[in-house]
Amino acid sequence: MLSDEKIKFLKLKANEIRRTVVETLVNAGSGHTAGPLGMADVFAYLFFHALNHDPKKPDWSERDRLVVSNGHICPVLYAVMAHAGYFSVKNLIGSLRKFGSPFQGHPQRDFLPALENSSGPLGEGLAQAVGMALAEKMDWEIQGRTLVLKKGSTFISKFFFCILSDAELQEGSTWEAAMFAGKEQLGNLIAVIDRNKIQIDGFTEKIMPLEPLREKWEAFGWHTAEINGHDFRELDEAVSVAKTFIAKPSVIIARTIPGKGVKEFENKPEWHGRAPNKAEGEKALKELQ
Amino acid sequence: MTNSQTKLKSTRVGFGEGLVLVGENDQRVVALTADLKESVCMSAFAEKFPKRFIEVGVAEQNLAGVASGMAAMGKIPFVGSFAIFSPGRNWEQIRTTICYNNQPVKIVGSHAGLSASADGGSHQILEDIALTRVLPNLIVLSPCDAIEAKKMVVAAAEIDKPVYIRLSRAETPIITSEETPFEIGKAEILQKKRLNLKSEERFNLEKPKIGIIATGTMVHKALAAAKELSESGINVSVMNLSTVKPLDERAIIKLAKETGAIVTVEEHQIAGGMGSAVAELLAQNHPTSMEFIGVKNQFGQTGTYEELLNFYGLNVLQIKQAVRRIMKKKG
Repeated sequence: MLSDEKIKFLKLKANEIRRTVVETLVNAGSGHTAGPLGMADVFAYLFFHALNHDPKKPDWSERDRLVVSNGHICPVLYAVMAHAGYFSVKNLIGSLRKFGSPFQGHPQRDFLPALENSSGPLGEGLAQAVGMALAEKMDWEIQGRTLVLKKGSTFISKFFFCILSDAELQEGSTWEAAMFAGKEQLGNLIAVIDRNKIQIDGFTEKIMPLEPLREKWEAFGWHTAEINGHDFRELDEAVSVAKTFIAKPSVIIARTIPGKGVKEFENKPEWHGRAPNKAEGEKALKELQ
Repeated sequence: MTNSQTKLKSTRVGFGEGLVLVGENDQRVVALTADLKESVCMSAFAEKFPKRFIEVGVAEQNLAGVASGMAAMGKIPFVGSFAIFSPGRNWEQIRTTICYNNQPVKIVGSHAGLSASADGGSHQILEDIALTRVLPNLIVLSPCDAIEAKKMVVAAAEIDKPVYIRLSRAETPIITSEETPFEIGKAEILQKKRLNLKSEERFNLEKPKIGIIATGTMVHKALAAAKELSESGINVSVMNLSTVKPLDERAIIKLAKETGAIVTVEEHQIAGGMGSAVAELLAQNHPTSMEFIGVKNQFGQTGTYEELLNFYGLNVLQIKQAVRRIMKKKG
């Protein structure tokens, strides 16, 4: 259970992250706005609560892994990593999408080694996260150990999180990975879907309907949860329950408001792939006090 | 060159033996297939190391992505399918999750070239060298026989980089021996001493007039052509270019300087293939007259392997004719 104090702290962090997202995008002059703002709460929760990680030792082998499949929301990934202490916020603001910058337009490990994966093309990250989770599970099995529950907690030493957009579920490769994860019973895998219902050309249910989404994942052998992606208590409960499913991968469908926090940007597909200009940015920052 | 004494074996079988070998030597080696365990010769590995063998089903995109993730966790994954499906179907996953992420996955494409002969043009991939040699970080290997294929598996497992190994279903002559050196990035001129030929079959490779650069299953054809040519007084050098990327630039330029004329031979489209890679190198460094033996902008079709090789002009006669043509040009 998250304490009231912790929730207050996470809200504060999420707001700082949103401010950084807006500032970096204004300086970049291009990039994605809606997704990063919509996922600020999920990322704040992961990096400031759920993930077992050490920003001072990004290559610590026992860390939880976070694979971001929808690389275009990297402004929020960069922002949360900066606030968590992987690098300075000042360095990030002003260098996103600039030549030679560690903060490439889509995440790239050669430029920023603290990233788990380089991504951009949609529908590919889940397979990578599945491969990581399988490699870990395989090591346990080779050593003759099994993953078992004990007093409500598990022996699973590290978890593999994967962030997916909803529209990238239209890629067939996502379902190849989903089917395979079900077969391999990857209890150490937790996928989080940014269910913001928008994509470049409009609303998902008009472009290519995804519903009934939860039932699809269930049919592929996953434990599922559907929550409000801006509610830290719901997020925490969903992750805690997901961790108890040791023989099933879990997916958390996080309903989010694209552009969350700035009224002007909320729920508008046109803000999927564009950055605020200076005036729009200033207005947005006032709202994010 | 193919006589009753010559042993025939496919490069895919050599791969399968190599895979067991590296599996024994290194616990990190895992093998994944997309429903083609038997065809890509992974059965022996699967039987010996069942916990390190993974079936992903008919899902080549997932095959690449999962292997990338496993490599990120320290495994050395070998992924096997027909080359038409991997790297054919899943090229973009290979580009992004393996090469762009720089994860040391070993992509093994079997039944390459015309060797899926009876299956027809749908399964005959003549484009995989073109597809793979354009990818940064990826090493492209094309073994000339089963022994070399086995050595390549060992070398691929040892190098911390993504690798593509192009294999054939066809049973072709063993032309190297266990002692023949193999090193990624090194091209060998096949000297007399390296061949398992009886003394009366040896032929003169001194002072070559033409250089033949061949890769994969075409190397033994190039050798047969060289032998017949030497009998009519034309000495040619045959280079086994088994690493298509990175090219052994020094060795190729040296051969071009020595001979002044190069014929490339490959079981692949001429466009974008090994010959193109050689031409790119020579055009910049030592412009040399060239002839290209390969498939000319066509799809394959059903037939026996030899029928297809003859139909598409990948035989000893065509190589000899190309040598004679280029000699005329050379004057």
